[in-house]
Amino acid sequence: MVKLKINGQERNWDGDPDLPLLWFIRDEVGLTGTKFGCGQALCGSCTVIMDKQAVRACITSVSDAAGREVTTIEGLHPTGDHPVQKAWRQVNVPQCGYCQAGQIMQAAALLMDNPKPSHDQIRESLSGNICRCGCYQRIENAVHLASTGV
Amino acid sequence: MNILTNPNKLRGFEKHIKVENVSRRSILKSLGLAGGFVLAAPVMMRPSFAYETGAGKMPHGVVVDPRVFVSIAPDGIVTIVAHRSEMGTGVRTSLPLIVAEELEADWSRVRIQQAHGDEVKFGNQDTDGSRSTRHYLIPMRQIGASARTMLEQAAAKRWGVPASEVKAVHHEVVHSASGRKLGFGELAADAAKQSVPSIEGLKLKNPKDFRYLGKGEIGIVDLHDITTGAAHYGADVRLPGMKYAVIARPPVTGGKLVSFDGAEAMKVSGVEKVMEVKGWPWPSKFQPLGGVAVIARNTGAAIKGCNALKVTWDDGANAKYDSVAYRAELEAAARKPGLVVRKEGDAEAALKSADKVIVGEYYLPHFAHASMEPPVAVANVKGDKAEVWAPVQSPGGTREDVAKTLGIPEENVTVNVTLLGGGFGRKSKCDFALEAVLLSKELGVPVKVQWTREDDVRHDFLHTVSVERIEAGLDKNGKVIAWRHRSVAPSIASTFAAGTVHQAPFELGMGLIDNPFEIANMQCENPEAAAHTRIGWFRSVSNIPRAFAVQSMVAEIAHATNRDPKDMLLELIGSPRIVNLSSVKDPWNYGEPYDSYPIDTARLRKVVEVVADKGGWGRSVPKGHGLGIAVHRSFVSYIATIVEVAVDDKGKLTVPRVDTAIDCGTYVNPERIQSQIEGAAIMGMSLAKYGEITFKDGKVQQGNFDDYPVLRIDESPGITNVYIVPPATPDTPPSGVGEPGVPPFAPALINAIFAATGKRIRAMPIGKQLEA
Repeated sequence: MVKLKINGQERNWDGDPDLPLLWFIRDEVGLTGTKFGCGQALCGSCTVIMDKQAVRACITSVSDAAGREVTTIEGLHPTGDHPVQKAWRQVNVPQCGYCQAGQIMQAAALLMDNPKPSHDQIRESLSGNICRCGCYQRIENAVHLASTGV
Repeated sequence: MNILTNPNKLRGFEKHIKVENVSRRSILKSLGLAGGFVLAAPVMMRPSFAYETGAGKMPHGVVVDPRVFVSIAPDGIVTIVAHRSEMGTGVRTSLPLIVAEELEADWSRVRIQQAHGDEVKFGNQDTDGSRSTRHYLIPMRQIGASARTMLEQAAAKRWGVPASEVKAVHHEVVHSASGRKLGFGELAADAAKQSVPSIEGLKLKNPKDFRYLGKGEIGIVDLHDITTGAAHYGADVRLPGMKYAVIARPPVTGGKLVSFDGAEAMKVSGVEKVMEVKGWPWPSKFQPLGGVAVIARNTGAAIKGCNALKVTWDDGANAKYDSVAYRAELEAAARKPGLVVRKEGDAEAALKSADKVIVGEYYLPHFAHASMEPPVAVANVKGDKAEVWAPVQSPGGTREDVAKTLGIPEENVTVNVTLLGGGFGRKSKCDFALEAVLLSKELGVPVKVQWTREDDVRHDFLHTVSVERIEAGLDKNGKVIAWRHRSVAPSIASTFAAGTVHQAPFELGMGLIDNPFEIANMQCENPEAAAHTRIGWFRSVSNIPRAFAVQSMVAEIAHATNRDPKDMLLELIGSPRIVNLSSVKDPWNYGEPYDSYPIDTARLRKVVEVVADKGGWGRSVPKGHGLGIAVHRSFVSYIATIVEVAVDDKGKLTVPRVDTAIDCGTYVNPERIQSQIEGAAIMGMSLAKYGEITFKDGKVQQGNFDDYPVLRIDESPGITNVYIVPPATPDTPPSGVGEPGVPPFAPALINAIFAATGKRIRAMPIGKQLEA
């Protein structure tokens, strides 16, 4: 039996301990904001924050998360008003929106670690998150805006 | 047999490939709002405006009926139906916004309801071909105006005054003579009793009074949900008792299952069943490829189980498909005469007598769409009824195909359209939804079929692979007097009809036979090419290779004759005129009447001039930098792009700046146009830098973003500036936005690389070519 916390709530899993955290979150817990994009930590769509660090839930097993505190997009802010979320809306970042939860979680983790990232630091930190619609210019602007106060 | 000559063999929508409008496939729950408009039989629309579009010729045409699209609750909340699929273009916002504008509705009191797949009720729903605004600007205005008129009539009746004395203003109807006002909610029940006014008599708003249209101040309706994880895509549908399926499909297109051993898969924790999925013979249209499904309690278990399967396949007729050999075949074909599809003057003779002949042969490989959301669908089949939840661009086509696949009437099929996590043409093909209905039928429970990224890359309907060969003959003065363009590529029609070797009119019409250049001797040819995998529509389709070839060639001629590439481009475009395509047997024009949407070289010149001016063409750039320019008309829009590149001494390519001018006629939402063009630059750069799917022994050699990379933020352009050319008049027809940004990007980039380095790239992707 693996015990972990997701968005502050205690969760137990007695199935396959190697199950990727992504599928536990989506299919077993039912929080669908975290997305599947590649399954190999290549695209960042499944990014969640585990103990203050952005991780790819598709290659993190449930057992890796045992005893840890996992935050998904649903738990980032109670009313969806985290500075990154607000900046995202202000800049009208998304097109299809599918990758955006992962982008937002990555950006939120970056700002926890580095509240005033430079242009290059933003680009480097988010380089693991693919947006096929190509919202990169706005993503960069939104992270910058979030870091300077929305 | 060929799709082009035997349309009777084709299903309803596929006929439209022949007819002219390529459709990429070819219930509403009762709005249930007491006192609102009630649902009623749709009224077929007869267009009555300054211009005509091809909308009426799409499958099921256009429905203009406020009772189908608008309902108003007693509390004043207006619900507008979005009947097209949202994949990132903003259409779920833009079309309802048009209705709201004419209705005089307050956008903050508007709610959106996504339509089910039902084209009899809603009209055509194929969200592809960059045609939503183009086909629906006027119908949506008419729907809004109709509903507004009904509200005004209801108010006039209640007050006992002539309807001409009342006016709807911002969610109320006002009688200014008496100062009386009634809110939309108060009038809804009475308005529903009014007869629907005739379209001909409708009074549309004067565009100068627009509150929303053309302004770009309204965010997309899903913006908040997207940022909080509440937006629902295909993969986010969860039903009680639902099982999760992942499928192993034949690795070679047209291959089939011989046998399988699911014993190891069954040992995986969470796996419940291993079963065969029915496949269709090649060419399989949009039907499933077949294979072996692993059914599990969650997706992770299903993937693990699928990886543990032991399967024997019969690879079938395409087992020798090899991209290296195929490229050589295409090149050989391009060096010989082919089917002549446009001929003016005598290009052969003019090339022979030319002072100089410049030859460019350009290769563009297959691409996979790789939308961030891989194909996924949920189905629940009970007896002779089926319900599907899927991210499809073709809700109506999906409904038809589900009905046919299960052998049940269409009325028994409900297709719920979720948000699409990207589409780019892939989700116009509903094979993934058909897999889900087949499995659900057999298992008797709801089933979600999830494609992995590898499934997506290896079993896509790929962008074609092509060789474009252009020979340009110049006289002594450097004037181009002959142009022969041969285009060789497997056709999308091959996915529908065996033996297809020529491209369809809709492919020839994307940058080949519609060449706008003013050259006396012009010939376009289409040598034969057979397909060995599923070919499909990819954002902007054949325009990608054509713009790459034609716009590269322009810069090559400019270089050879020592002229500025922009000046060369304008010289080739020639005088401002409407291009005469009378020598073309089937001059496909994106399904649009040529009168409304001619090839207008004045507009083509204009975007070149605008981008050159605003984008600073000719500005001095640092060493190692270069500027490239390209222009292309596609989806009846005109787009020109300037790309600035920097190439360092190790061959590392960066793009500091992109400038794009677009003339898409009358427009609705400039903010979303800008986002589409920004995205098109990223997609264009992705495909130019990395885009390549290759085959060996019939199998796709790539599988995920490691070996099929797409552009990331750290290599994306520094800035993309977008200039929207205002429509010449308020009656200038709207034209495409979603796709046309892509084609000019790659040639502008390639031309910029040449300017920076002197290296001319003629085969995509760029890959490591700059490192040599």
